[in-house]
Amino acid sequence: MAKKESTFFNMLMTLLVVTLVASTALAYVYEITKAPIESAKLAKKLAAIDQVVTGYDNNPVEDMYIIPAASGEDSLEVYPALKNGELEGVAIRSFSKNGYSGLIWVMVGIKPDGTLQDVVVIEHKETPGLGSKMSDPGFKGQFKGLNPSETTIEVKKDGGEIDAITAATISSRAFCDAIQLAVESYRKGGSL
Amino acid sequence: MSQWKNLSRGLIRENPVFVLLLGMCPTLGVTSTAINGMGMGLATLFVLLMSNIVVSLVKNVIPDKVRIPAFIVIIATFVTVVDLFMAGYLPGLHEQLGLFIPLIVVNCIVLGRAEAFASKNTFTSSLMDGLGMGLGFTLALTLLGSVREIFGSLSIFGYKFLEGDGVLVFILPPGAFLALGYLIAIMNRLKKA
Repeated sequence: MAKKESTFFNMLMTLLVVTLVASTALAYVYEITKAPIESAKLAKKLAAIDQVVTGYDNNPVEDMYIIPAASGEDSLEVYPALKNGELEGVAIRSFSKNGYSGLIWVMVGIKPDGTLQDVVVIEHKETPGLGSKMSDPGFKGQFKGLNPSETTIEVKKDGGEIDAITAATISSRAFCDAIQLAVESYRKGGSL
Repeated sequence: MSQWKNLSRGLIRENPVFVLLLGMCPTLGVTSTAINGMGMGLATLFVLLMSNIVVSLVKNVIPDKVRIPAFIVIIATFVTVVDLFMAGYLPGLHEQLGLFIPLIVVNCIVLGRAEAFASKNTFTSSLMDGLGMGLGFTLALTLLGSVREIFGSLSIFGYKFLEGDGVLVFILPPGAFLALGYLIAIMNRLKKA
């Protein structure tokens, strides 16, 4: 078969057909992967919530509400965990801009009495092997059961009571920062 | 056995990573573990195979002057397909590879094979070539990822064989260059022997 000539009409029609077929195919693939992508995102969120609050029987994602962040223009997502209508705790999706590279996203679990239940890192771009150690139990275990109104959530260098990760003070600081943001915003929201 | 030649060319003799030194961006960027390297390699393998097949099928109906834009649209389509499926069914891996999946579009191996091979050869040859190049790329990335994971995290495919921290530099970007350099040196030595 002879090669098609590069006339204006031929080029136009070829590109039109190619892009048309491509976009149709993509629309079709988008439709079939839409549901799995949604449920994967939801599962991830639920898994994070599940780690920081326990014993709830509602759907925290459905009951999610938004509070303004204590500093700046941003807002935080609050996932309340209820059992028989009673508040068991809240999971707050908080962040810090002070990380070593990019935003650090954490899920902070706070009990109704104000103590921290647990913290999970959802997303970060810190240095592997250094800053990434903030997901290790040795570091983030320090926050379990702390009461932010009695303990200063800052690294020891800054006068707080948290042991920073060796060679990753910036990441440790940012981690504390994200938790403080969650606590303060929730306090301002009036429910603590 | 010319088809076997088309397949084996990408594996060792013209291995995209170790010999042609193409596609260095994902090679250096995502190979911090063997799993990541393999995931990236397989994603590229799929795109390479499919785009080679399609390009070899439509090569005669595409006018010469618009062949590059047409090839890029074809490649981008398959990349988006991989991206969507990975996000839906392998969310963990998708998160790890992140931006590098959409970047397969501009991977020079894919467009290079479409332009240099598939647009001039038959369907079967192009299929074998895409498969060979893709497998070569996957092998190289898995190998590099394994080396970095073994030395950097003392584990392989996520299985920890020794307690401790390993040599951190292998996980960090400089380790990618170091490991790749040594692997290429070893490959060259073996080829001479």
